[in-house]
Amino acid sequence: MKKLERARWRCRRGLLELDIVLQRFMDEYYAKLDEAELGQFETLLDLPDNDLWDMITLKETGNGNLQPVLRLLQKV
Amino acid sequence: MKSYGIYELNYAICEFKHEISVAIVRRKFDAVIVGAGGAGMRAALQLSEAGLKVAVLSKVFPTRSHTVAAQGGIAAALGNVTEDNWHWHMYDTVKGSDYLGDQDAIEFMCRQASEVVYELEHYGMPFDRLENGKIYQRPFGGQSQNFGGAQATRSCAAADRTGHAMLHTLYQRNVQANTQFFVEWMALDLIRDEEGDVCGVTALDIETGEVMALQARATLFATGGGARIFSASTNAFINTGDGLAMSARAGVPLEDMEFWQFHPTGVYGVGVLISEAVRGEGGYLLNKDGERFMERYAPNAKDLASRDVVSRALTTELKEGRGCGRDADYLLLKLDHLGADVIKTRLPGIREIAIKFAHADPIHDPIPVVPTAHYMMGGIPTNFYGQVVAPYKTGPEEVVQGFYAVGECACVSVHGGNRLGTNSLLDILVFGRAAGNRMIEDLKKNRHHKHLPADASDKALARLSRLNDQKDGESVAQVGDLLRKTMQTHCGVFRFPDMLKQGVEKIGEVAERAMRTEIKDKSRVFNTARVEALELENLVEVAVATMVSAEARTESRGAHARDDFPNRDDDRWLKHTLYFREGQRLDYKPVRLKPLTVESFPPKARTY
Ligand SMILES: Cc1cc2nc3c(=O)[nH]c(=O)nc-3n(C[C@H](O)[C@H](O)[C@H](O)COP(=O)(O)OP(=O)(O)OC[C@H]3O[C@@H](n4cnc5c(N)ncnc54)[C@H](O)[C@@H]3O)c2cc1C
Repeated sequence: MKKLERARWRCRRGLLELDIVLQRFMDEYYAKLDEAELGQFETLLDLPDNDLWDMITLKETGNGNLQPVLRLLQKV
Repeated sequence: MKSYGIYELNYAICEFKHEISVAIVRRKFDAVIVGAGGAGMRAALQLSEAGLKVAVLSKVFPTRSHTVAAQGGIAAALGNVTEDNWHWHMYDTVKGSDYLGDQDAIEFMCRQASEVVYELEHYGMPFDRLENGKIYQRPFGGQSQNFGGAQATRSCAAADRTGHAMLHTLYQRNVQANTQFFVEWMALDLIRDEEGDVCGVTALDIETGEVMALQARATLFATGGGARIFSASTNAFINTGDGLAMSARAGVPLEDMEFWQFHPTGVYGVGVLISEAVRGEGGYLLNKDGERFMERYAPNAKDLASRDVVSRALTTELKEGRGCGRDADYLLLKLDHLGADVIKTRLPGIREIAIKFAHADPIHDPIPVVPTAHYMMGGIPTNFYGQVVAPYKTGPEEVVQGFYAVGECACVSVHGGNRLGTNSLLDILVFGRAAGNRMIEDLKKNRHHKHLPADASDKALARLSRLNDQKDGESVAQVGDLLRKTMQTHCGVFRFPDMLKQGVEKIGEVAERAMRTEIKDKSRVFNTARVEALELENLVEVAVATMVSAEARTESRGAHARDDFPNRDDDRWLKHTLYFREGQRLDYKPVRLKPLTVESFPPKARTY
């Protein structure tokens, strides 16, 4: 129920870098995600801001299961 | 608990004006804090540890508050690296403020700096260390020894994650102390009774759409900054100045709203901050002719001159047509000469940001930058106990009973016309703690909740129902864009008399349009469109206050730079602005030049 809006709000972050990247991701990719990827995205959104940003900028490779969505985040 | 949604309430508003407040759920707390950034959580901790029942509301998960973005550090004259003392820190802060800072509050803050830093260390904050085990400190712009002498080394940091570490430390500690967090809740309006006393807030649970009145014997705002009123902003999207808008709507004035700090180097087009560290390492700015133009503006400090000086230089270059790119609207920050090794080891975060947002790898290419709105010096007027003060009964600084504010949303005023780097994290800790202590004292005297007025939440509910019922209205996104562009063009780094005059009119038009916004989604659960429309209404209050205050101040001081009045004018303008929403009225109050115990620092020319 209202998954999209919920996700959109959880893309509101303390780091402007993440606000921008996540907004781009929502606009470009969110609608195309399958169930598994939606789950990955939610897991990523639960991470602290700096950890998520590190993963997006490749400093941390993190959990292998999250790679598909992470790769999209790295692209936007 | 039964949840009453907006629909039922709408109906109630039309039909039974007096029953609404009965219809909405009320909950009682000793204290309600709006905002879970560093300021709100430091205050909450004080109260919870004293055994009080505290509710903390936040639009986002607490550790996602904007404090997380602070990298540089927190200032305190520990003297761990070079000799230092609080009195020198005080001098730097007064001078940095361009003498608009209140010297009693500045003394209070600088004297307590070491204590709050050690306290945070004790709570588990992972500060960087020197080899001898003491807290590591780094130098920052505006810090001096001996009242304007050699560079001081005053900022304590936890790598480039100081804000992050601070939020996590405070959050853990609050959880242990049983602070009750209301996450993804948005406060809508302040509740004041007939006597003007504050009795709590009306708030919206974003997840369910439920509206609730949170009644409290003490209400603290710690809602952070509002730099999203500008198109070029380093602030995260949540920084919409809600606390200021709620205060203004409730008749509380806003202080010194014309003073906004522009950081010289935000990434062109997106605003993301490129820290001073780049220029500290030897990076410098270029115009379209490849000229290192800062040499002309600040022959000594060059690219490391203070933020307001560098921002003005960039703006002048742009104005005189020496900007880069097709529209000549940005300048370049060059650092390739530092070499790949230095960039990779000392500035890795900066490199990532440049690649991601400017598609420029600084190892080879310069970063396109523009001056970008960064910090709000003004805010809700308070004294150094965090009590909100306003000229509303008999005196010019009368305490608004039950109401407190700390952090970036408050104006104590320790930053005056211009904030020094790393003084804000200090501000939020010192005054967060002080406000907590003061609230504990006040609560001992006020043992009972005041009676909630019958119409406590009417205004907030009326705004919600207006939004719900609006037909043929305006788009939130479009009006928001117009607001930001208007502020950027008419009230940016340099301010021109005709532009300000037009700006006041234009922002007035934006304000009218914002009152007619329409949202397509009328549902209750997670209605982000509704939240964004409400945030826009808040941005409008902050923007109008800024424009009106800026138009009136006919001098240049700190971050407020008027083209027609290029100098500071202490005879006429050594005073704080107070903006009242009703009738957009302005009033002024004197700067507190008398410190608590030491001699006053009289205004002098500010040179670096
Ligand atoms: C990129 C960047 C880097 C910085 N670096 C430094 C630095 O190194 N050193 C330094 O001293 N300063 C720095 N600053 C400034 C400093 O980080 C901020 O001024 C400070 O963190 C503000 O803290 P705060 O607690 O007042 O507000 P915030 O941390 O912004 O918290 C505001 C809180 O209020 C909540 N809120 C807002 N409105 C509502 C509402 N209507 N209902 C419910 N909750 C609401 C939010 O959810 C949030 O929890 C930096 C600023 C930026 C932008």
